[in-house]
Amino acid sequence: MTLTAAPETGERTARKNSPGGARGPRRSGRLRRVGLPYLLLLPALILELLVHLVPMVIGIVVSFKELTQFYVRDWGTAPWAGFDNYSLAIDVNAPVGEALLRSFATTCLFTLSSVGLCWLLGTAAAIFMQETFRGRGLLRTVFLVPYALPVYAAVITWAFMFQRDNGLVNHVLHDQLGLTDTPPFWLIGENSFVTLLVVSVWKGWPFAFLIMMAGLQNIPREIYEAAALDGAGVWQQVRRITLPSLRPVNQVLVLVLFLWTFNDFNTPFVLFGKAAPEAADLISLHIYQSSFQTWNFGAGSAMSVLLLLFLLVVTGAYLLLTSRGRKATDA
Amino acid sequence: MPSHSRRPVRSPMAAPRSFLWSRRIFLTLLTGFVLLPVYVMVSSSLKPLQDVSGAFRWIPSGLTVRPYFDIWETVPLADYFMNSLIVAGSATVCSVTIAVFAAYAVSRYSFRGKRVFTVTVLSTQMFPGILFLLPLFLIYVNIGNATGIALFGSRGGLILTYLTFSLPFSIWMLIGYFDSVPRDLDEAAKVDGCGPLGALFRVVVPAAVPGIVAVAVYAFMTAWGEVLFASVMTNDTTRTLAVGLQGYSTQNDVYWNQVMAASLVVSLPVVAGFLLLQRYLVTGLTAGAVK
Repeated sequence: MTLTAAPETGERTARKNSPGGARGPRRSGRLRRVGLPYLLLLPALILELLVHLVPMVIGIVVSFKELTQFYVRDWGTAPWAGFDNYSLAIDVNAPVGEALLRSFATTCLFTLSSVGLCWLLGTAAAIFMQETFRGRGLLRTVFLVPYALPVYAAVITWAFMFQRDNGLVNHVLHDQLGLTDTPPFWLIGENSFVTLLVVSVWKGWPFAFLIMMAGLQNIPREIYEAAALDGAGVWQQVRRITLPSLRPVNQVLVLVLFLWTFNDFNTPFVLFGKAAPEAADLISLHIYQSSFQTWNFGAGSAMSVLLLLFLLVVTGAYLLLTSRGRKATDA
Repeated sequence: MPSHSRRPVRSPMAAPRSFLWSRRIFLTLLTGFVLLPVYVMVSSSLKPLQDVSGAFRWIPSGLTVRPYFDIWETVPLADYFMNSLIVAGSATVCSVTIAVFAAYAVSRYSFRGKRVFTVTVLSTQMFPGILFLLPLFLIYVNIGNATGIALFGSRGGLILTYLTFSLPFSIWMLIGYFDSVPRDLDEAAKVDGCGPLGALFRVVVPAAVPGIVAVAVYAFMTAWGEVLFASVMTNDTTRTLAVGLQGYSTQNDVYWNQVMAASLVVSLPVVAGFLLLQRYLVTGLTAGAVK
């Protein structure tokens, strides 16, 4: 970080941008005025360094070490392992690598489905609620409830609803609609993927809705009026004006949804407990389990670093691809 | 674009039937989907045990408030509640205070490394928690061994961790709020003899109270709902609600009516706070993405 700014440059910019600064109390002195912004940032900087960046660096170091339960109390003494942890993680022919790959594939499929559905519900709801109608304010408040509820309280309720014998879902599907011969299991086996998806969409779509609502407010009304004047119907207006205007908002929204969904730990953890069924074994939970069950922190860290690299590559590629048309606005 | 000025101007609101009916059906279904768990939570929390042990009942066979008394006996919910309050409350106070200083610096001063700072701080928000869970766990354990300061398993360690979770977003939101406070106001205060900090606390902070409250609610919600670090970094005495609530469902006999009652009780503080302040929160949360 540029904590060691050249004093003269710092002072020049400070003067230039705060004309009142020159008339400020003289006693505080030159150095203090230049240093003040850094002083104000210091607590935030130290904490972010301590809790996020230092651990990240240590995580990368640990991923090259043979760190098992014997070394947890004094990790510096753990022997170096070279790329052993990485070859363990990516060797898809061995059980560890194979399980990681399967979890990665599950996470990708889950993320695509969840982000797609969240985006669809959020966008549709925002467009339908663009014009005022009676009860719109109340409905908006209702739609924010999944976002406001603590994750564990909401997900425990879903876990109850998906219980095989006393849950609401099987009561409706089996008892009331008679769609299944026997009440299916939702929290173990193949179905758990669907369960996880439903809960994740329920939890995630209000955020898309919020962002879309805000994005819609930025579209000038005149455009719609002009389009209506030209005889464009509502559906046409949505397709020709609303959706194209939302593109810049979409760029951020899809990225944020992607990162949150891909990294989601809370939902599967509360829904299935520590051991998620294979069909719903998201990558975060998988790494957590393989680290704390076997106490092989070296391998766990290697997996985390691989995850980070993947996210960086995807985010970078995504930003490159989508920001071509946005250069002018970013400048 | 050819203009049809002769045609009556149709307001964009005059939507055709197909649009109105699609809207009605879609929003009704969506409301049902959103409120279904809320209904299950509220109704089940008022059911006697036999109603939640057997097949699901839409309508309870009888109403009882017993679960609301039993939840405190089955697990030490009051202790978990207290832990969550202390942890989330302290994390909020610290995080908001630190964010106010940082946001003031970014909003009012121009300095080298400003952009690097904001981008770095924001990007930490995007990394998976699992990435620094293991190293942080190691750091806390080793700090404990070296200095005797118990961060692992203590509320202090959790507070320290949580406050950094809400910090990036809080700073970001507050920069926006501070930018909207006219600079003339704090310049005038400085002319009147206030130092930079005087201007911050006498002018900028009072003018940005809604924003600061919104940020505080956000920070509190973040800490109140966190599961991953709470499950690793707490022990029996420092357990928070996020982990403690699962105490009802790991036993052989699950008292679902109590689970639902407890879920409702622990949700009330944050849901009430969020819905009361939704306007400020929504502005702050969405501002960055839309800009």
